[in-house]
Amino acid sequence: MILAQSSSSRIASDAVLMTGAIVMVFPFVWMILASLTPQSEIFNGDLLPTPTLHGAIDNYGTALSAIPLLRFMANGIVVCVAILVLQIAIAIPCGYALAKLSFPGRPILLVAVLLGLLVPVQIPTIPIYIALAKSGLLDSYAALVLPWIVSVFAIFLFRQFFVTFPDEVLDAARLDGFSELSIAWRIMLPAAWPAVASFSIFSIVAHWNDLYWPMVVITNPDMMTPSLGIAYFRQAGEGTGNVGALMAGGVLVTAPLVALFLLMQKHFIRGLVLGRH
Amino acid sequence: MILSVPAMLLLVALVIGPAILVLFLSFTNASLGLAGIRFIGLANYTRMLTDPGFAQSLRNTALYVAVVVPTSIGWGLLVALLIARSRFAVLYRTAYFLPVAATLVALATAWEAILHPSLGFANTLLQLLGASPVRFLSDPATAIYALAAIGVWQLVGFNMILFLAGLSTIPEELYEAAAIDGADRGLKRFLLVTWPMLAPVTVFVTVMTIIRAFSVFETVAVLTQGGPMKSTSVVLYTFYQEGFRFFRVGYASAISVSFFVFVTFLSLVQMRVSERRARWKASGGQP
Repeated sequence: MILAQSSSSRIASDAVLMTGAIVMVFPFVWMILASLTPQSEIFNGDLLPTPTLHGAIDNYGTALSAIPLLRFMANGIVVCVAILVLQIAIAIPCGYALAKLSFPGRPILLVAVLLGLLVPVQIPTIPIYIALAKSGLLDSYAALVLPWIVSVFAIFLFRQFFVTFPDEVLDAARLDGFSELSIAWRIMLPAAWPAVASFSIFSIVAHWNDLYWPMVVITNPDMMTPSLGIAYFRQAGEGTGNVGALMAGGVLVTAPLVALFLLMQKHFIRGLVLGRH
Repeated sequence: MILSVPAMLLLVALVIGPAILVLFLSFTNASLGLAGIRFIGLANYTRMLTDPGFAQSLRNTALYVAVVVPTSIGWGLLVALLIARSRFAVLYRTAYFLPVAATLVALATAWEAILHPSLGFANTLLQLLGASPVRFLSDPATAIYALAAIGVWQLVGFNMILFLAGLSTIPEELYEAAAIDGADRGLKRFLLVTWPMLAPVTVFVTVMTIIRAFSVFETVAVLTQGGPMKSTSVVLYTFYQEGFRFFRVGYASAISVSFFVFVTFLSLVQMRVSERRARWKASGGQP
């Protein structure tokens, strides 16, 4: 709306945008091409890898057998789903209570939530790591899931969403014999659907992609999540590394997120933008 | 009340309690076993200030931030401005946001291959153009810039989205008024209307980008492990190594407390600026 007016400036602006867009997309294209190219021909001095059928079969075969990629992805799904379900189960009632109920300690809780928003995720990790190590829980799903089950961001987001919810509806529900907990589940959760969707995307993307925490608590390859698994196999194969198989792994790990992004762009962008506020 | 009890307990157990514990640990000589833990006052903090290794990682981080912040903000803003009237807006927006959505570790390994010191795409292209090859990630002189380039690539789309949101809130009348004053297009119009109206978004984007660039971890952990010759050791990676590889819990806690103070300070600056801005708007633009 600001610069482009005449057709020549429009062409110039399209050229700038297009050049940048190519840079943005290029690593994806290269990753896909390399994942389809025989290992010996990826670095043959050509500008781009040239895909072949047997290269594709080889690389994806290796990624799925020699590298336990399906295991990493299954771990990723278990961890992301467990975290998300618990986060929502804990944050919805709390957000509702903070928005609509009055109880002693509410102001303190609200301050605690706001303070919690300021704490970078790395800060509490040392004591949590020590506690997990002492209770013998390293290298387990519990270690991957537990530290994240309370999301101050989710509590805050749902509270903001619930504040404007009409009190008359809640009063009517109470007259009908709804308990506060069933109000939270049967009325507030469906009403908060857009916020829940955005938060879910933020949470899934964050934990599917996370490298830091799995790196801290996981050393057993069987327990690795997608990011850590890729990092681990990149390092294991350094020097003789099978780049083709690694790229095939990269494609498989990235594909679910990219598909989610392309299918629900609006929610996806909203989720990530909200999550980093 | 009972509805918020689980959240309250977990908040104390998983966020607030540990954060306070970290502050406490930062004044001790704790290591992983926690046996024989002793108060050593500010020794961890003075060590941080005098340790040449930490100084180096601060310098590397500052260099990374100095490249990533202005480049990703400037590029993001330029893209947002140009996209707003493009016929292919949706297509461009998707392309620029793709790196934000993707798994960074996977794409970092793709970048590594593209930047391969002799046979990668980047060097093949350089040689076709008659330039001599660059050892990007394996040369101590260039490694941090190569990581910064990947950082920029990952952040541009995010900043673009925030700027697009900011642009959409600028009322059309302002542009009409500016047109009457003769600023009907191009740079003049940008300086008179767009830039001042975007100021709160720009402050927000700047603070967010500084924090995110300061927290760079994945690309370092996967691609360089702080090398070659410590040229890419950055603050969070040093924290990770001290805390979880060398188990110097006290020292790592001091690093993370300093990190927390720095991030909080930036967030408060940002809040102050947007508050003043809101007050200024509420008073009808009177200072």
